[in-house]
Amino acid sequence: MSTEITETVGLTEKIKEKIDMWVVKFPVGKHRSAIIGSLHAAQEHNQGYLTPELMDAVADYLDLPRIYVYEVATFYSMFQTEPVGRNEIAICTNISCMLSGSDVIVQHIEDRLNIKLGESTKDGNIFLKKEEECLAACTRAPMMMVNHQYIENLNIKKVNEILDKLEQ
Amino acid sequence: MRHENSICFSNIHQPESWKIESYMASGGYLQWKKILQGQPGDKARQTIIETVKSSGLRGRGGAGFPTGLKWSFMPKTDEQKYLVCNSDESEPGTCHDREILKLNPHALIEGMAIAGFAMDATVGYNYVRGEFIKDCYPIIELALQDAYASQLLGKNILGSGVNFDLYNFLGAGAYICGEETALLESLEGKQGKPRFKPPFPANFGVYGMPTTVNNTQTLASVPKIIEQGSEWHKGMGTDKSPGTNIFSVTGHVNKPGNYELPLGVPFADLLERAGGMMDGKKLKAVIPGGLSTKVLPGDVIADCTMDYESLASAGSAFGTGAVVVIAEGTCMVELLKRTSRFYYVENCGQCTPCREGTGWLYRLLQKITQGKGKESDLALLVDVANRIEGNTICAFGDAAAWPVQSFIEHYFSEFEYMINNHGKSIAA
Repeated sequence: MSTEITETVGLTEKIKEKIDMWVVKFPVGKHRSAIIGSLHAAQEHNQGYLTPELMDAVADYLDLPRIYVYEVATFYSMFQTEPVGRNEIAICTNISCMLSGSDVIVQHIEDRLNIKLGESTKDGNIFLKKEEECLAACTRAPMMMVNHQYIENLNIKKVNEILDKLEQ
Repeated sequence: MRHENSICFSNIHQPESWKIESYMASGGYLQWKKILQGQPGDKARQTIIETVKSSGLRGRGGAGFPTGLKWSFMPKTDEQKYLVCNSDESEPGTCHDREILKLNPHALIEGMAIAGFAMDATVGYNYVRGEFIKDCYPIIELALQDAYASQLLGKNILGSGVNFDLYNFLGAGAYICGEETALLESLEGKQGKPRFKPPFPANFGVYGMPTTVNNTQTLASVPKIIEQGSEWHKGMGTDKSPGTNIFSVTGHVNKPGNYELPLGVPFADLLERAGGMMDGKKLKAVIPGGLSTKVLPGDVIADCTMDYESLASAGSAFGTGAVVVIAEGTCMVELLKRTSRFYYVENCGQCTPCREGTGWLYRLLQKITQGKGKESDLALLVDVANRIEGNTICAFGDAAAWPVQSFIEHYFSEFEYMINNHGKSIAA
């Protein structure tokens, strides 16, 4: 993983703009409600994961105790608090997908990328999120999310096409 | 099928059904405008609540609580009140709210506006599941902007003196936030840990103010019910379960899909609607209402109708109407192991029986599938499940216990066989 990414300290104007958009949705003094949205914005602009510096910057910008932000960042599964690959793949393996063959999809992707669920490729390109829970796309199982885009009715051919594109 | 697509899906086959123009061309927002242009006072509020009450609409999020009754619990005080929509769809097997958000977002917005007015809640939040961030969140965001641009939301709407501001909120991945008090905590920017009840949200909700939380499908049903009336609604479904429901049929069927059908539809008809069993296989089992409801063997569900009463008397529950169909040849032990893993990783960590117990359940099932199980493990599994059930703040603990209890009850011999044969499945 490139070290310069982790050195991102402070919030860009773009992140601040997005945080401001969240803050106005809540009553005055209730801006703690904006933490989740703010962390989404910060993570997106930091290639998919949060650093302690970024979390601190969000807390400081919102003028909230830093612990509030850490609590949220560590509770919700969409927030990554360790460096991960730039492109996130999350394969649903819950009941409907399991019945529709998600195990084969997981096995194929692990083999092709030569990493296990929860790991990132050595070049920092792809992060294979640890076993994903139901993503509400059950009628078009099996499915996965690639950078939060839903890709449904998966088969090996479709998976290969997506991986080819990501590896270009 | 009769009454198919009568409510939430009534307009989704129109071109670009998610757009405000398309919704309006199908009569959308007429009910909301009629309320605003009438005499929007206490009497009008009461009329709406009475209509919803007598329509028999029940919460579609899983619990099936009568919606009108829930609305009537809101205090008639002058303090700030809130309406919150639970669009945190994450019960495994369930995917109809996502379909509403994608295909009929304006029905939800109109439903929220009407519900907000009826309860004098001038602010609404639509809590959308975090993972929908690039999927249907942009659609519901655009819909909201369009509704504001058409002056159907905001302050003094169409000069009526009625205020209703609506905002979309985005979660960040936590199944527990589907529990209404966990959702409120999350909306306040905290970890999604359920609150003790009472006080109920109607008295102490978001920011400590009176709040009603309803599910997406429930709220999106409201405009049609107001338009057609409660008698019309009661004319569909059964006496105790009126109306229609969107069934998410998944698993081993030929045509998995979301089917809006009247409640009380025979299971056999629903299965047929979903194209029948995949590859002509024999039906083994069905999880009838999302992963948290008890599994029913094929011969039991075969005689059921899909409504609250029938499924309860068969020993399971209607839940979210997510029907997971399982064919002969499926290993029930592996299925339960995967199920238990879900509750193990998704529990919020607040109550000891659930936090510790779900780990016990998952590890015991791992041991059995790895061929290291002992005969006594089956009694231990049920014992642990029984100690979780009823001993936690929210229903998550029960949801973790029910699959274990029901899988072992109905498929005991499969578990026994695997234990006696070093992890070999009898089903495979």
